[in-house]
Amino acid sequence: MNTKLHSIALLKQAKIKQPNWMGFAQLFNFFRKPKSIDHVSYPLNPFKAMVQKEISDHIRNWRFIILFVLIVLACMGTLFSTLTDSIKTLGADSADNTFFFLNLFTKSDGTLPSFFVFVGFLGPLFGISLGFDAISSEQSRGTLSRVMAQPIPRDFILNAKFLAGIIVISVMLFALSFLVMGAGLAVLGIPPSAEEFMRIVVYTVLSIVYVSFWLNLSILFSVRFKQSATSALLGIAVWLFFTIFYPLIVNLILKGFEPSQYAAPRAIFLYKKLKFNLVQIMPNELFDEITSAVLVPSVRSLGPLTMEQLQGAVPSTLSLGQSLILVWPQITGLLALTLLCFLFSYVVFMKREIRSRG
Amino acid sequence: MVEKRIEITGLTKKYGDYVAVDKLTLSIEKGEIFGLLGPNGAGKSTTILMLLGLTEVDAGSVKVCGIDATRYPLEVKRKVGYLPEDVGFYNEYTGLQNLMYIAQLNNILPDKAKEAALKILKDVGLLAVKDKKVESYSRGMRQRLGLADVLIKNPDVIILDEPTLGLDPEGVQNFLKLIVTLSRKKGITVLFSSHHLHQIQQVCDRVGIFVKGKLLAEGKISSLAQQLFGKNTCTIEAAVAPISQKEECAIKPLKELKEKVKQIQGVTDVLLQENQFTIEATRDIAPELSQFFVNAGYGLHYLSKKEYGLDDIYHQYFQEQKSI
Repeated sequence: MNTKLHSIALLKQAKIKQPNWMGFAQLFNFFRKPKSIDHVSYPLNPFKAMVQKEISDHIRNWRFIILFVLIVLACMGTLFSTLTDSIKTLGADSADNTFFFLNLFTKSDGTLPSFFVFVGFLGPLFGISLGFDAISSEQSRGTLSRVMAQPIPRDFILNAKFLAGIIVISVMLFALSFLVMGAGLAVLGIPPSAEEFMRIVVYTVLSIVYVSFWLNLSILFSVRFKQSATSALLGIAVWLFFTIFYPLIVNLILKGFEPSQYAAPRAIFLYKKLKFNLVQIMPNELFDEITSAVLVPSVRSLGPLTMEQLQGAVPSTLSLGQSLILVWPQITGLLALTLLCFLFSYVVFMKREIRSRG
Repeated sequence: MVEKRIEITGLTKKYGDYVAVDKLTLSIEKGEIFGLLGPNGAGKSTTILMLLGLTEVDAGSVKVCGIDATRYPLEVKRKVGYLPEDVGFYNEYTGLQNLMYIAQLNNILPDKAKEAALKILKDVGLLAVKDKKVESYSRGMRQRLGLADVLIKNPDVIILDEPTLGLDPEGVQNFLKLIVTLSRKKGITVLFSSHHLHQIQQVCDRVGIFVKGKLLAEGKISSLAQQLFGKNTCTIEAAVAPISQKEECAIKPLKELKEKVKQIQGVTDVLLQENQFTIEATRDIAPELSQFFVNAGYGLHYLSKKEYGLDDIYHQYFQEQKSI
């Protein structure tokens, strides 16, 4: 692996006449090395080392192990309770529902919440726990200035922390999803259809985006605040705000606008629209909508619909592409929130003065 | 012309209204050990951060090895090893792993890095504990590991920010010796900041005194004394006692002797306390003085030349600060 990288890098350095497709790489190099001094450099090697270190730090960390065990236990619990009573639970309302496998993720027999609820609930906690001390602990241990004194661009450290977090999250979530699928396969004895498989993969990818939003948010807090405890508490406070307090506030606001039962349909429609739009800034609500559209193919709309819009609709399931189009605004919104957090961490971090401690 | 390794011109850094570094101009040559001396909060660390591009420069320019540190901090960091004040390590890793990590960040390939790391650990005397976790290291060991960190990138310039802080006297001695031998061996320029006069005096070729963001004086320690104490560069203390061997020449009383001493060429001030003279002169008059005392029928208990150390220089500056 290493030698391969070198040879590529050497090729880049040694050949002056390059094929056209290398132009982009050259541009990239130009940004990285503003002043070319005859010093062969492999700009990505240090980054690789940093990501490796971050990943191994995460995996050895007790915090990670505990949360991981918690999530695995929760998911296994749900899976177990679903599968023991599989036919009754999974086939409950499946007159026209042929997506047996997806039900594994969304249905439960009532004793425990279903898989997707657990991921939606514990995912944020996981993201926060991976990121809340990313920068602040380096600062308080005095290692930040030591690392920053090395010839690496300043954003390497943020990028490495972020990428390592994403990799850990991806591995975990994919492992969980496939584990659930595998268990279903073993117990039910029917393989998932291609459509179902794709839906599960898309769902997993999107839940990675969701968890990485919380990861980014907590990295932002860890850049901004010097105490790890402050940033951890703030991360959890934001999470609590969105899961508990914001819905309460929305309800309070909506109370004032509630139309009477006999109001004009337009007023009721506007009220529903308002209700729908007010919750759209909550990342957890966005994720819930994405989940329900991706995992439940029969979901055909998210907001309020008028009777006119429903006229002539065939009550059937949607294809994956159509489901994705349905929640495309939510997906973009979630991605935008993630990028926004990342951007702010950059802005705060890049211009900052790095003292040894404190 | 000797190569300049660090060139600072008109460097200024402000935190709000507070001026941390005020129009600093300084240059350090290749192979030199330069001591930056100043009390806490004088702006030493801030200056060092600006040398490495770790903080923004408000005005002026910094060049390290001919590279503008504000525009190309990466190139500067390739050539400069920086040991921060109170450096931290990844405690759950061993010393060798910590060092290897820094080597990898410097683009040294893993197999080469290991070789280099072991060699440097031997140089700083940590080879025996290389596989122990850093959390078990003593303060002195951590500091030496910090030095190993700095050396592994083969730097042209080393910047040490208060490296001896918190070390015991023996540890300080060893650490300073290590720095001097390593820098002499490899011809590395060293910038050494400290508020400890004696340590700077021991190792540094040149000293800059830094108070409230300003460089008050700069030069070799001897020349600093000259700048400061003006013409009276030589102070001699002598204690005398009469010896009654030469009967023919009556022993003169001490007061008379004092007058006579004053007449010696170059003497500017004489102080007499019991039988002890303190004589200030513009030149070294010790030989003449001893002869004079003997001729006058006195014997010398002792005659000592007092050299100005950094201590005196430091205090002198602080007195000036107060009087301003």
